[in-house]
Formats: sequence, structure tokens, C-alpha cells
Amino acid sequence: MAENWNLARKREALRGRARIIQEIRSFFIDGGYLEVETPLRIPAPAPESHIDPVGADGWFLHTSPEICMKRLMAAGYDRIFQLCHCWRAGERGRLHVPEFTMLEWYRANADYSAIMIECEELVRAVAEKSGFGDKLAFRGRDIDLASPWERITVRDAFDEFGGMTMEKALEEDLFDEVMVERIEPGLGTDRPTFIYDYPASRGALARLKEGDPLVAERFELYIGGVELANAFSELTDPAEQRARFERESAYRESLGHPPIPLPGKFLEELSAMPPSAGIALGVDRLVMILLDAATIDQVVAFTPEEL
Amino acid sequence: MYTVADLKKGLKVTIDGDPYIVTAFEFSKPGKGQALYRTKLKNMITGVTLDRTYRSGETFEPASLEERRMQYLYKEDTHYTFMDNQTFEQVQMSEDAVGDTKNFLIDNLEVDILIFGEKAIGVTLPNFVNLRVVQTDPWIKGDTSGSDSKPATLETGYVLRVPPFIEEGEMIVVDTRTGEYSTRVKG
Repeated sequence: MAENWNLARKREALRGRARIIQEIRSFFIDGGYLEVETPLRIPAPAPESHIDPVGADGWFLHTSPEICMKRLMAAGYDRIFQLCHCWRAGERGRLHVPEFTMLEWYRANADYSAIMIECEELVRAVAEKSGFGDKLAFRGRDIDLASPWERITVRDAFDEFGGMTMEKALEEDLFDEVMVERIEPGLGTDRPTFIYDYPASRGALARLKEGDPLVAERFELYIGGVELANAFSELTDPAEQRARFERESAYRESLGHPPIPLPGKFLEELSAMPPSAGIALGVDRLVMILLDAATIDQVVAFTPEEL
Repeated sequence: MYTVADLKKGLKVTIDGDPYIVTAFEFSKPGKGQALYRTKLKNMITGVTLDRTYRSGETFEPASLEERRMQYLYKEDTHYTFMDNQTFEQVQMSEDAVGDTKNFLIDNLEVDILIFGEKAIGVTLPNFVNLRVVQTDPWIKGDTSGSDSKPATLETGYVLRVPPFIEEGEMIVVDTRTGEYSTRVKG
């Protein structure tokens, strides 16, 4: 008889999780992607305003495998994917554990719109093959994976649901609040939603949109109000990337965070990277959505509190 | 002084001079955006509820409440009576003020009673309380799946889900913060 009943009762969720991860892997291998493993402990993560790395013996646990995966792209690996753990300090909630499982994939000679299509194919294939079909019940709503997925620009979402324009929200420093309180809850409630073209200031590693440099070619995927994935057309200009990193670093330091070194080798090699697009998808959240779990706690074997 | 990292259900803070309790709390972080701490706060005197969203770096004053260790004695009509074991002073609280903690109140349980001015306004329970199961269906032998659960009624009338092997009359440990089964009381 199981002594730790709360752990024993996760059996179904953990079986579902394993199945989902297996199907993700098959999807990419069948699609000609190379599975890679990059170091989890690195000397310099990408500095981002609101992501805090966990220190590890003078280096850092990566917050995403992005830096090393892009170095692989720059060296000529044109389709790669990785499933790995990532760490982000201080993130704990219904949808967050500070150590979580990430799926990232990168593709050369593609932009964010190609990744949108591939992302749709991935989620549909994984749901189908893991036995969930194309109609999900999540948080009391029916979500149809089959119908064409919704696409809305950030600007239109602010006009429609935000009660103020995107420009005004940025000007009054309310972008995140409006996003969380008014926009996110309605995204992807009857079919998944791609929200795209974020303000240029909200995509430190994204390419600006051709013909509209106020926005970056970045999208997020939402299902049932839950943010599932973030993608961009990758910035490949090393000088511009360095300038943005310096800006992000300066902002971090203004908040009182200790300085972190810039990823020098990444910046040196970036110019060799072909035009590419990449995406990061939260695997725990995908499992939550497919299993209709209310919290991330239900789909990981151990939360930090249970260790 | 509390920071946003201290925010959790049940935290008591001062806003505009009044004591508030956090009744709902959610950590949010829109993609690449900043961490936001969304709360529902209930005024502990008027019962009025507020929605507030906080950012990293914001701080809170603890609510200026006196907390006294007392023992739960009994319930009469709609009032619950508690006694201070040092001074033998007794206080009464309405059903409303006791709220959901009534699900875990058993005679002689030691709790912390919150006093604002002269008035008892809240009960803080120990994190874990031992309670007796008064009704639950028997376990079907041979079911070893480990993932099943069944409803059980406790001596307070509270119903929760327990593992299938729990039997009527058994004592279990309940986590009062979540209202969920924690483990068996070791005999």
C-alpha cells in the first residue's frame, strides 16, 4: 500500500505525460529534425528583463536552451529540437514551477509564420496520437483543435479586449497588467489562439517586422487562457543583438539584479546563422491542457515543496 | 514588512489602515513580461473584497492584529466559543467570522484567535489537524490501483476525498490549508 498517496495517485497523469513526450519526440524525428542535448549549466544566459537565472557554482542553470541551440544553427544544423529542464528563479504558481520541462525547436530558412503552422501540426498530432483526439475539454470548455486556429495581432487584441490601445498601455506602463487581466483569460477558449506581432521592446531576440518596425515578429500560443509557447523570427544581426542585450542588462541592473556576463561566443557566431525561426513550448503546460489538470503540480512528479 | 514573495492565501496585511486577508492569490507572468501577483483581499472588518495586482518589489505592512492562543470549547446556536488557557477569558465568534475553519474545529483544538481592537475576527488553524472518519464506503479488496479515491465524511461534517484503504472510524491527518487528506494517523 502506497505510503505517499498523493504521489501514487499521480500515476495516470505521469503515464499521460510520458506518452505525450514520446509523441513529441516522434513528431520531430519523423519530420527530419535532429534531437540535440546542450549543457544545462552555462556561463552566460541571454539577459532578459524579467527572467532570473539560478546561479550554479559561478555559472548559471540555463533559463532556456536558446543560446546553445542557436550556436548549433550557426554551425549549419538546420533543423534541431531539444527536450530539457530549464530553471527560472522565483517562478511559482498554478502554471509555474521554477524547474520545468521545455521543448524548443529551430528551423533554418523559415520565419514565425512557418513555425505557427508547424506548431499547430505538432499539438494536433500529439493530442491525436496520445489518445486525446481533436476535441479537448479543458477548464469546463470545449476546445476544438481541428478547426483553423485563431490568429490575432497584439494590437487588435488590445483594441478588442484591452480597453486601451497597445501604444497607450506601453506608454502608461500597463502592458503586462492589461495582458494578464483582460486579454489572456479570453485567448484560446474555444480553439487555440496565436497572438502575434508584439511591441518591438518585448522581443529581445526577435527580428523586427518588415514594413512595421514598431513590432517584432514574435507570437505566443494560448490554449484555454494558458500561455503555451513563444516563438520568433530570429534576430541574426550580431551588432543589434549585442545592443539589445546591453539594454536588457542595464534594465536588470537598474532593478538591483547582479550583473551577468554577455554570451560572447554566441554573439560572435550569430552572423553565421541563416534566417531562422524558433519556438519554446512549455511541456508541463501541454500535459496540463491535454489532461485537463487545474495546476502544474498535478502533472509533475514532484513540486519543489514536495522535495 | 512583507514582500510579494510572502503573498499567499491567508496572509494578513494592512491597506489604508484596515486589516485585510488574502483570500485568493495567483502568480502570473505574461510571456517575456514581468511577474505579477494577482490577489483578492477581504477587509477583515467590513467583509468587502478588493482585487489588486502587485508587481515585484512592492511591500506590505502586516495587519496590526493581536493573535492569541485559545482553545475551541463549543458551538451554541450560531456562535462558537473559544477560551484563553492562561486567563480563562472566553470569546465568541459568529459563524461568518469562523468561516470554513469550522470544517476542522474539534473540541479542545488549540487555535490562534485574531483580535482587532476588542473583537475576535478570525481563526488560524494549525496546518494539520487529526480528524475521525465517521462515514466512508468499505474498501474493495484487490483494488491496488493506488490512483482511486473515495469520499469520506469527517466528525465535523466535512466531506473530502481519501485513499480507498481508509476505513470508517479511522483517524486521518487533514491539511487545513488545502482541505485535503494528508496521511493516516500512525497508530
